[in-house]
Order: sequence, then structure tokens, then C-alpha cells
Amino acid sequence: MLGLDKKDTTLMLVVAALALLAPFILNPFPEGSAMAQFNAGYPDLMQRFAIYGILAIGFNILFGLTGYLSFGHAAFLGVGSYSAVWMFKLLSYNVIPGIILSVIVAGLFSVVIGFISLRRSGIYFSILTLAFAQMSYNLAYSVLGNPSSNFNLTNGETGLQVYASDPQILASASAPEVPHLFGVAMRSSYQLEVGSWLFTFNAGYYLCAVILMLSFYVSVRIFRSPFGMMLRAVKSNQQRMNYTGLHTRPYTLAAFVISGMYAGLAGGLLSTMDPLAGAERMQWTASGEVVLMTILGGAGTLLGPVVGAGFIKYFENIFSKINEGVLHQWFGFLPDGMESAVIWVVEHFVGPGWHLTLGLLFMLVVTFLPGGLVQGGQHLWRLLAGKSRKEEHAKTETQSTPAE
Amino acid sequence: MSKTDVTRRGMLKTGAIAGAGVALPTIFTASSASAYTNEPTGSSVTLGFNVPQTGPYADEGADELRAYQLAVEHLNGEGDGGMMNTFSSKALKGNGILGKKVEYVTGDTQTKSDAARASAKSMIEKDGAIMITGGSSSGVAVAVQGLCQEAGVIFMAGLTHSNDTTGKDKKANGYRHFFNAYMSAAALAPVLEKLYGKERRAYHLTADYTWGWTQQESIQAATEAMGWQTVNNVLTPLAQTDFSSYIAPVINSGADVLVLNHYGGNMVNSLTNAVQFGLREKQVNGKNFEIVVPLYSELMAKGAGKNIAGIVGSQNWDWKLEDEGTKAFVQSFGTKYGFPPSQAAQTCYAQTLLYADAVERAGSFDPCAVGEALVAGDSSLPGISSDSNKGFLFDGLGNGQTLYRSADHQCFKDVLVVRGAENPSDEFHLVEIVEVTPVAQVWYEPDHPMFAGGELGQCNPGA
Repeated sequence: MLGLDKKDTTLMLVVAALALLAPFILNPFPEGSAMAQFNAGYPDLMQRFAIYGILAIGFNILFGLTGYLSFGHAAFLGVGSYSAVWMFKLLSYNVIPGIILSVIVAGLFSVVIGFISLRRSGIYFSILTLAFAQMSYNLAYSVLGNPSSNFNLTNGETGLQVYASDPQILASASAPEVPHLFGVAMRSSYQLEVGSWLFTFNAGYYLCAVILMLSFYVSVRIFRSPFGMMLRAVKSNQQRMNYTGLHTRPYTLAAFVISGMYAGLAGGLLSTMDPLAGAERMQWTASGEVVLMTILGGAGTLLGPVVGAGFIKYFENIFSKINEGVLHQWFGFLPDGMESAVIWVVEHFVGPGWHLTLGLLFMLVVTFLPGGLVQGGQHLWRLLAGKSRKEEHAKTETQSTPAE
Repeated sequence: MSKTDVTRRGMLKTGAIAGAGVALPTIFTASSASAYTNEPTGSSVTLGFNVPQTGPYADEGADELRAYQLAVEHLNGEGDGGMMNTFSSKALKGNGILGKKVEYVTGDTQTKSDAARASAKSMIEKDGAIMITGGSSSGVAVAVQGLCQEAGVIFMAGLTHSNDTTGKDKKANGYRHFFNAYMSAAALAPVLEKLYGKERRAYHLTADYTWGWTQQESIQAATEAMGWQTVNNVLTPLAQTDFSSYIAPVINSGADVLVLNHYGGNMVNSLTNAVQFGLREKQVNGKNFEIVVPLYSELMAKGAGKNIAGIVGSQNWDWKLEDEGTKAFVQSFGTKYGFPPSQAAQTCYAQTLLYADAVERAGSFDPCAVGEALVAGDSSLPGISSDSNKGFLFDGLGNGQTLYRSADHQCFKDVLVVRGAENPSDEFHLVEIVEVTPVAQVWYEPDHPMFAGGELGQCNPGA
């Protein structure tokens, strides 16, 4: 289907199903129950899952295929966000121009950064991209963002936002005063009550989900194309390719720009869902987060980055909100002394301590599942499907597998 | 080969689908039957406390959270009632808000606009919070205020000192109890004149973000008006921890006053560096070299230790004040936590009570009705003749008589000028009150140039 082989079609269908049914999948616990704390099916988080999924898919095209580890993808995310908000400020709250411009601007930006950074490889490339991203962050945070100067491009720490006094030359009186797609406000939702369950279908989320599916499809096509093969070759031995007379830089630059555009798209969508672009989006921690997502999920796999993105965003938004009051509810059944002891321990891993939990998980994954969560999933699947290792061994032994 | 058969049945089907497509927007928007966002229907109501739990302002955030928890207890009729007993409005009965038990959710702003908005959004969308409050940075407060305006809930700002929060970024759904940079400057200038004279040359080090800029602008304007000169203004990155390279040039600049427009950890570090460089023992232009820290807090004084002795600044509130409200609040806060509250805690506690009281008086959680009750009214502060001197006048929340001004949703009250104690008796007495500047002296019109450019807009009930 659509130029995909059978296996990829299944994968594509799985992603589509996950994306479209997310409101059900992420809200497994009934409202008002103790477990409702762990529900993730509210618009903001679902949007974040999809958007950071797109970002990680794009990052994976660069990192997973060519092995070039960029520490500067947050810059493209930020540039995309700012572009989209500027479109809201100048044209109207319709999201289409914003999304398109964010991709274009991030593309141009990544051509410039990529052209310079790709002259080096390995750690030097990483440091160069990191330097560019930090530079962009500082420019956005103060140099280009002083509200009292004449040239206020980013509005500094406060973040770029839309004011009532902005021109919005294409705005029509009937359109809503929030980002919308031809009149459908991104924040509008339809709520479905089934028994004590509550499912929320949000317009903005479905826009993100559709774009996520498109992005995933494009990524699959790139992975399976001759171009993708070339990128893999760069990863395994760039020097050898150069010796054969092949100029690899155009390929790596193309991969860099594509992944930069993905990041720009994600940034544009972030602004579309919430029309305020903050400079923190460009900080090195944000760049590091993308790397974590990709590695946690499984670098170089198709599904891994999306899984990793979802995982990290879930921790950031759900675990960080478990406070002492909630813990007291959970452990209230314990005797007093024990209750406070247990809470004292658990407290360090939830709420503000969610970073610690994530760090531990990251260590476990990297140590025991070098292929990321996707590898863990495959192990699990094999166990469940009952396919014995022997069977598989027998299969692989008779087959000669092409080298990766 | 394609085949196109146009049948009556096919046409009907297509029509129905197209119709559904056109009707989609109305289905989506008309879904919520309630009159406003997160209308509480059960026996409880949820408030969202969005404070920094990690990052440079985590200490302030922790104290804010303590104050919120205390306020919730008092609203629900537990504890000793704190400032509810001294509050001039008697609408609160200690049975929750409008008879509904008060519950709360917490979130971490990380002192980042993005993270703060994400956290506030999840409170509104997932937990059904009817009001968001908190924040310990002006950038975050402005960002979250904008979000609350769009979502149609009330935002009660916590510790935010920038002029912009109720200036060019003001919003109809946002309310601020804390004072601002302009008020700090207006209160400080006369004291500085009295202490250090009219002929001074000031050197500014300013944190390079929204708050730092408005703070510096305000202080410069106020000090220049009384005759001081401004030698230089150097912007320092927020993440800076070592200020030696910024202090060294001050020594040879010919300046005799250093103004540190820094807050939190920034201020602790820059002040320590300045003292280490021997600035305080220096004589310039035949005068003693002085250091001024416009925005002060007990938490910062604790961090700076001995270096804070004798340094002048301003505060919104201090636990050593003698009025009934302050006493009651310090009493119940101290009983629960074992130490006196910071000014961040006081403003957050007051904001929670003010919100609850407005809901009681409005008889509804509808943000527009609540907003009306919060600031609308014809009462005015005595002694100030101005058309904008109108709003909701209250007393007993620790700052004396206070006006919630309807023109820009900013509270007007007395401002404290404080000084680091020379010989503090214990770690809770690091700051002593120099003067209580009367509100008339820090009053400004809503269209003052430092606050101009924004519009409140229309109150948004959401849904």
C-alpha cells in the first residue's frame, strides 16, 4: 500500500491506530478513581505526544541513519515556534500559514547551520551544533528580545505572544480569537462520557495526529529509499565512501535539513496548540531531551523515537504532579511511622524528583536494552507469541542475513 | 479506468457526509454545556497551584506552596483560620468556597514559560482547575496569565514584580496582589536621598530579562529625578553565577553606588562578589561606596549571610509588621511549619483568600462574576485624588488598607523599605524595616508610560 511493503504497511497501520485511538488508549482509568492520576488522555499531553513524536522522528532521520549526533535540534524547534507565532501576529490565527512558514524557516536555518557544522564529524559536529543552538537561545532570550528596543523579534524571557494590537491583516471577524483551522478552534474538544469514563477528542490533537502519521509515512519512505541506504552507508563507514570517490556531504546535508524541517514543523505545531513561544525551547536541555527520547525509544528504529518521546513526556507531565497530598492518600492505610517513612522515600522520585526516576530508567534501558524500549517490546512480543528462541535460531542459521 | 455513476443514493450519502463535515465545528464548540470553563459540579472545587519546584526560584516556590496549603486548610475550616479572622470582608465562613470543599493540584513551573504553561494547561484540562495561581518569575506569570485568559479561568499572580504583569501584558482574567518595580523605585528613592544624598553616581548591574529591565528602568528614572547620575547599566545573563568580571569595572568607573537589579540566587552571588572586592570599604568622590538591592527577600538575606548588613532594598511585606493580619498569619504559619513566612508566602496566601472571598460575594465561580467582585466597586483609597482610584478596598491581609484597582487589576498598598540587620539576633531577623512608605507615594496612573501599551481586554469565561 502506498509504496510500502507488507511489514511497513502493518507498522503504518499500527501507528495510525495508536494515533487515532489515543483518547481511548491514554484514558484507561475511570474518572474519580485513585488511578485517574495516571490518565494521560487530556488534550495538552496528547498534543505533546504527537508533536514530540514528530520531532523525534525527524531527529532519527539524522541520528539513526547517518549517526551524526546533533545537540542543536532545539534551535530549529524554537525557530519554527517563533515563525508560527509571527504568522499569527501578522496574518491571522489560521494555522496553515504558520505551519508552512515554520517548516520553511527551519529548513533555511538548518541549511546554514548544517553547511558549517557538517564540515566536521563526530564529537566536533555535536559541539558545533550545540554552540549554534546556545547562540540562538541567547539571541532569542535577550539580544533579539528586548521589548524596549526597536527590533523585538522574540520578546525575550516572557515569550512571543499575540497582542490585541497586532495587525492580523487576514483576520476575519467571524473567526475565533485563538489558533484555528478554517474556523475550528484548536482548543475545542468533544467530550464523550461512557459510564464513568470520560474521553476527550480535541481538534488540535487530531491535526497533530494526522501530521504525525504523514511524518511517519515520509520517514518510512526515506528509510527504505536508496537515499536512506546511502545515509546508512555514511554511518557505517564514511571514509570508505569518500575513497570510492563519492562525495557524501550533500547526502548528510540533505538529511540534516530534512530533520531540521521536521523539528521546525514540531515547533510550529507547538505554537499552533498554544500561541506562545518561549526561548527555553531552544535551551540545550531541550536539545538533550530529543537525544534522550531517540535513544530511550531505540535509535535507528522507525517506531522507537515516537515511543521514547511519549515516555519522557508522560513522566514530565504525570509524575511531576504527584505531590505529598496524593502520596498520603495512597499510603494512608499504613501505620503512621511507616507511612511517613515510605512517603519520605517515594517523595524523592515523584513531584519535583521526576528527573531522578527518569534518569534511573534511562540507565536501566541503556544498560539492559541497548536497542531501546523497542527492543524490550520485541523481547516481550517473542515471549508472548511463544516463538521459542530455537525456532528463530534455526531460521537465522539457514538464512544468510545481509550486513546492517 | 474509473467509472462514475451518479445515483440518488450516492448523492444523498455524499451530501450527508459533507453536511456532517460542515457541522463539525459546531459540534466541537457546542460540546460543553456549562456556562464557563470547569464549572464545578460536585461537592468540591479544585484550585491549581503552579509554583517553581525546581530551578533558581525553588525556595520561593516551596514557601508559596506552604502558604497555599495553609490557605486551603483555613478555607475548609481547619486550623485557626489565620487571616480569615482579620480580613475586612466577612463573606468566608470556613466551609470551603460556596459550600464546596477546596481541593488543589500542584505543578512545577521550572521557572520556564513553556513548562509553566504546560503545567497550567494540564491543571485546567485534566484536573478541572477553576483558578490558577502561583509563579515566582515575571516571565512565567505573564505567560500563564495569557493562557488563563485564553482558557477562561482566573489567574491570581504570585510573586511577580515586573511592571509588565499589570502593565503592557495585563489581561482581564489576571490579578496581582504583589507590588511592582515602579512601586519599589518610588518607595526607595526618598530613602536613598535621605541616606546617601542628592549627588550620587550609580552603576547598574541588571539581570537580562523582563523583570530586570523594568526594575532598572524604574530605579533609574526615580533616582535621576532626585539628581543622581547613571554611569552605566550592564546586563548580566540570568544563568550567571560568578559576577567578578562584572564587578571589577565598577571600581574604576567613578561610580559611588552600585545598584544590583538581581533576584534570588543571582543577587546572593553578585552581592557576595561585590563585598569580596572590597566595594563597601571604598571611598569614591569623597563618599562611602554604597550598594542597593531594589527587591529584597528574607530568603535572599539568608543566602547572602553577613554581606547583607546595612544594604537597603524594598519588600512587599515582612513578618515583623505589627498589624493584626500579619500577627494572625505569622502565628498560624509558624505553628504549622516552625518558622515565619516569607513575603512570597504572604502574597500567595492573600491571593487565595481574596479569590475565595470574591467567589462568595459573587455567589458563583463564573470568572467574569468573580472578576467583577474582585476589583469592581466604588470604594477608593483615602488621600489620593484620581479618577482611577476605584476598585475593591479591603484590610486585614497584612498590608494595611489595600485597593484592588479595577483599571489594571493591580493592588495598591504601603511598601516597605528595609535594610539588612547589622547584628541579627537569629536567622529570622536578618532584615529590619526602615520605613513604611505610604501608598500615596507609590501611586501611579494606569496610563503611566512604564505601564502603557497593553489592554485588559474582555473577561473570558471560556466555553
